Amino acid sequence: MVVRIIVNLKRGVLDPQGKAVLGALQNLGFSSVKDVRVGKVIYLRLEGVDKGKVGGIVEEMCAKLLVNPVIEDYQWEIVEE
Amino acid sequence: MKFGVVIFPGSNCDMDCYWAVREVLGEECEYIWYKDTDIWDFDCIILPGGFSYGDYLRAGAIAKVSPIIGALREFVKDESKLVIGICNGFQILLEAGFLPGAMLRNRNLKFICEYVDVVVENNETPFTCLCERGEVLRIPIAHMEGNYFADEKTLKSIIENGQVVFRYHKFNPNGSIYDIAGICNRKKNVLGMMPHPERCCEELLGSTDGLKIFRSIVAYHGGKVEA
Repeated sequence: MVVRIIVNLKRGVLDPQGKAVLGALQNLGFSSVKDVRVGKVIYLRLEGVDKGKVGGIVEEMCAKLLVNPVIEDYQWEIVEE
Repeated sequence: MKFGVVIFPGSNCDMDCYWAVREVLGEECEYIWYKDTDIWDFDCIILPGGFSYGDYLRAGAIAKVSPIIGALREFVKDESKLVIGICNGFQILLEAGFLPGAMLRNRNLKFICEYVDVVVENNETPFTCLCERGEVLRIPIAHMEGNYFADEKTLKSIIENGQVVFRYHKFNPNGSIYDIAGICNRKKNVLGMMPHPERCCEELLGSTDGLKIFRSIVAYHGGKVEA
């Protein structure tokens, strides 16, 4: 199965990359854009895991490596059974 | 006194650190491969700058799960053992949880490589004991992720505990909170700093202020703590 994890900077944490993209979009004339946040997407292909245990495994991976809880939030979902 | 310089895949300031300690300071120094865990011979271990694992995922994130970091967790429990993380080494110490907070991209999104002035906020640490409190040191920085961040509660606690060791003076190059350039742990035996003291230990390089930090470490270790 494939799990998708979306990692974003927490609300309130400055996102300089988002700010730069915002400026560029506005320069292109997209005046309706008021804020941009840039995150990242991680896809994991897992094998031999019960569906009921995926959450625990993914959360442990996020806590130990994939996400820095000081500055980042994340969401995950199974995108392919 | 015996120093060790850890080499991760992607470290690139390891030889500069070795040179500063061995050739300029004249102390014993050895390289430590990141897979080594036999480190009890050393008195002070340096995590050098560079781009460990290409900064993949986050700067320092992958290095933090290497064998040497596991060994360092035991090492620093002995307060007489010192660890100094410089630049990428500081990022690794944050990711590994030796020090509180995290690094963000520089506010201006640029890689900044220049001399900056930093103030010694706390001289009662093994790393700054030969400095005056409030003394300004001229040390170069070279980084893309030096924008130190900590939530309000953490910031308050590191200020109150004297863990803020260096702050940028007059000019904050990267947007770091409270102008922080370097912090230590509560026990004061682990220091992380973005400026590179190993790059300014000889007149030829424009400043010798970096030597004050290395000399402080030696003085502290020898018990000869003088102003």
